Amino acid sequence: MSIVRRIANLFHRSKLDQEINAELRSHIELRTADNIAAGMPPEQARRDALLRFGNRAVLKERVAAMDAEMILDPVARDLRYAVRQLRRSPGFTITAVLTLALGIGANVVAFGVLNALILRVVDVPQPVGLYNVVQKPHEYENQSYPDYLDYRRLNNTFSGMAAYRFLSAGLSTRNSANKSWFYEVSCNYFDMLGAQPELGRFFHDRDENGPNSAPYIVLSRNFWRARFNANPAVVGTVVEVNKHPFTIIGVAPNSFHGTDLFIWPDFWLPIVNEEQVEGYDFLSKRFNHGLWILGRLKPGVTPQRAEGNLNAIAAQLASQFPNADEGMGARLVKPGLMGEVLGDPGRAFLSGIMLLAFLVLVAACANLASIFAARTADRSRELAIRLAIGSSRWHVLRQLLSEAVAVSVMGGIVGTIFAAVLLQALTRWQPFAEFPIHVAVVPDMRVYSVALLLSLASGLLFGLLPMRQVLQTSAAQVMKGGTGAIVFRRFTLRDLLLAIQITLCTLLVTASLVAFRGMQRSLHAPLGFQPQGVMLAETDLHMAGHSGDALLAIQKRMLQDAGRIPSVTAVGTIDELPLGTGGSSGPVYREGTSDLRPTNSVLGAKYFSISPGYLQAAGTRLLMGRDFAWRDDARSPKVALVNQTFARGMFGGSSAIGLHFMMGDKELYQIVGVVEDGKYDSLTEDPEAAVFFPLTQSPASDTSLIVRSRLSPAELAPVLVKVLAGIDPNLPFTVHTWPDAIAFVLFPARVATAALGVLGMLAAMLAVTGIFGMATYSVSKRMKELGIRVALGAQPVRLMGSALGRPLVLLLFGSAAGLLLGAFASQLLAQIVYQATSRDPLVFAGVITTMIFLGLVAISIPAHRALRIHPAGLLREE
Amino acid sequence: MARNDLQGSLDLLVLKTLSQMGELHGYGIVLHIQRASDDLLTVEEGSLYPALHRMEQSGWIGSEWKTTDTNRKAKFYRLTTAGQRELDKAVKSFDQLVRGIRAMLRYA
Repeated sequence: MSIVRRIANLFHRSKLDQEINAELRSHIELRTADNIAAGMPPEQARRDALLRFGNRAVLKERVAAMDAEMILDPVARDLRYAVRQLRRSPGFTITAVLTLALGIGANVVAFGVLNALILRVVDVPQPVGLYNVVQKPHEYENQSYPDYLDYRRLNNTFSGMAAYRFLSAGLSTRNSANKSWFYEVSCNYFDMLGAQPELGRFFHDRDENGPNSAPYIVLSRNFWRARFNANPAVVGTVVEVNKHPFTIIGVAPNSFHGTDLFIWPDFWLPIVNEEQVEGYDFLSKRFNHGLWILGRLKPGVTPQRAEGNLNAIAAQLASQFPNADEGMGARLVKPGLMGEVLGDPGRAFLSGIMLLAFLVLVAACANLASIFAARTADRSRELAIRLAIGSSRWHVLRQLLSEAVAVSVMGGIVGTIFAAVLLQALTRWQPFAEFPIHVAVVPDMRVYSVALLLSLASGLLFGLLPMRQVLQTSAAQVMKGGTGAIVFRRFTLRDLLLAIQITLCTLLVTASLVAFRGMQRSLHAPLGFQPQGVMLAETDLHMAGHSGDALLAIQKRMLQDAGRIPSVTAVGTIDELPLGTGGSSGPVYREGTSDLRPTNSVLGAKYFSISPGYLQAAGTRLLMGRDFAWRDDARSPKVALVNQTFARGMFGGSSAIGLHFMMGDKELYQIVGVVEDGKYDSLTEDPEAAVFFPLTQSPASDTSLIVRSRLSPAELAPVLVKVLAGIDPNLPFTVHTWPDAIAFVLFPARVATAALGVLGMLAAMLAVTGIFGMATYSVSKRMKELGIRVALGAQPVRLMGSALGRPLVLLLFGSAAGLLLGAFASQLLAQIVYQATSRDPLVFAGVITTMIFLGLVAISIPAHRALRIHPAGLLREE
Repeated sequence: MARNDLQGSLDLLVLKTLSQMGELHGYGIVLHIQRASDDLLTVEEGSLYPALHRMEQSGWIGSEWKTTDTNRKAKFYRLTTAGQRELDKAVKSFDQLVRGIRAMLRYA
């Protein structure tokens, strides 16, 4: 009989009734017909047939009862009994369910994030065969536009290839300007992805005819709703992007968010018009790497073959354009994660978290297995009776397993609800107000299936571990001996489970402490500038249409006006903030180098444009030489400031002041000063070379005004906004404190620390409950023995030693093992959390203190009970 | 000692009937048992149907709605493989019961 039909019967009681009725009726009709054939009158024939059935209603009930009883058997009956048993000990049930809910919840959250960010494919109509083509060396993943065109033209393995880049601009309608993030894309972008507009049209390949030939933009659905009130009439109207007119030609559908998983653009704009937007033309510059290439493989082409094809083209380009393309190679990576910039560390980190979350669950299972083992031991008498009166061992096992599975499923449900709420909150969360990051991690069917699977698996795991006890139970033995006769063996399964649990918990506590210390250290690492007490106003002067000589004039006015605000101590500007989201780097050559190909360079350096006074405002120390002055202008010799790493790499130990170097633009620069090293891209980077050029000689439209003052941010911000609006009301500024701005860089470390902290705390809680359970159980089982020893005058210390010695020994062994494993695991952690090291005496001390503290907390209550044993009272009880 | 009660005998009779006759409806089973036992055994409808439904839920017999020779709709039962095994067991245990009772009667 199929279980499906039984369950179906439950819901179709009325149908079942009808069927039974029909069956009985057909019987009566058959009998009546036979009776008539035998010569009875019809009336009598029917009465005879009916009489044989007796009370038909009762019969029908009995038949239905047969069906119903079988429906509930046997799984449901076991489960019903299990629930009844669990309801009888609510404390145990709640503890077990919560323990498991935490373990499963942590796993579901970790897997939910992993699923959404790493396993998910980018949400485009036809995702099959899409790859990002990135450069082979990991540091330079972006491509240049001429290289893109050549790849696209020369390959024979891709059916389509599009280029895109992500940037911000001021978008103005009438008189308001707002900063928006958008994609510059090649015009075949939408067609290659197979996307269709919701409104209007998308641009196509035929729209682009050379630079600035396609002044169109396509809005995202969200942006259209937020900025244009979802007004369909905006299609066809003209808006200004960085003060250049662009026609809105269409709106993308709601499901289309571009080709990055977590960054959603406001609009799309043809890349051929980039010069209008950025005021700088990179389309013709082969050495300017700033694009992502997205390609779709032809059907049947493997990624390996496509890579070979592209590498052959790259080799050809390298020999043709050695200055720009020497050493170039191509790799295909999964799209949506900005090449491997986010993919690699993200994958490593999430896999690590997943592993730790899994360990938490294993620890929880170990905990539950030992509780279940204890419970089974306590119920040995009941089980023995059941065996004695003829219950099979298999039946008893199935019963106990049903209890375990009932607990695990309840725990799974609670944990999943908790995880779903957390994931929903995470989806709504926007970590950076000015940056359109979307962490869409709403759980899907895959996440729920994993949750269910984990619940069932853990239920079976901790349910099966104590099974040996049942299999070995000898009914006669237990009945004879009573409960007091449980022999304490030297080493039991429960001891092993507790040791495993403590080891895992120590491991997790170690890992979270290591991460925490690393985080703390990276917060105090020398950055090469002093962000405290600085307010930033970031803008791009192009957004209001300024360019050329006007740039410097406006920047000078910003410095003057901001410097006049009372209690402002220093002001300066820089084009791209260190530890910001942008920045450029390029090769540096010795004076006199004639062949400027990358392999002839001495080093690669980050470069910045700064105003006089920047060093003082930023708090960057000038170690030698002088700062820039306004008289270092376009007519005077080219000068530069370099950092220590630059000076050392270029000139060894000798003083760099007065010496010269060349950059890719073939200009000769004289070094006038040396500044301290700093962090430029990330906190985890090795010391990098950096060059600072004067704004007066290297103009830049990107402008970050740095204002150091004694005022609080809340006091300074409104004044600063007012002052800046007085310079140009159309210029959008992002005003925030410098510590807030670098939060972006600290974000991964913060998230890692928070995640590890939560897992560490869960682990600590599990350690407490595990030791507490074990100690309590061991005391309660030996009350009688302890009572006799008290009566005979045993010393409290000796008593405690024998009652609680074993949990303590396990605690020590488990902690030591966990600490060793933790030290090992921390080497993996060091790749994510900057300066995380397990060879840190504070971490060691911290872990040991934590474990001792947890042990004391967990043992104190049972110890108290052991000490207060009242022998007379105990003996009376038995 | 095998389980031997009235219910066991009814099961045996029904299973044996189905194994001999192939497919049969409830009324047909009643008639067959009566005929085959030379009118010695009568199965009451009140016991038959609960037993049929119980055996069906246990998977010993299967059922299907079909039309009879006289063109009426009726629920036909047939033996399953599990039912065949059950029948073998029931026959064996009934033989034991009969031998046991014979032995007792000889002594008495």
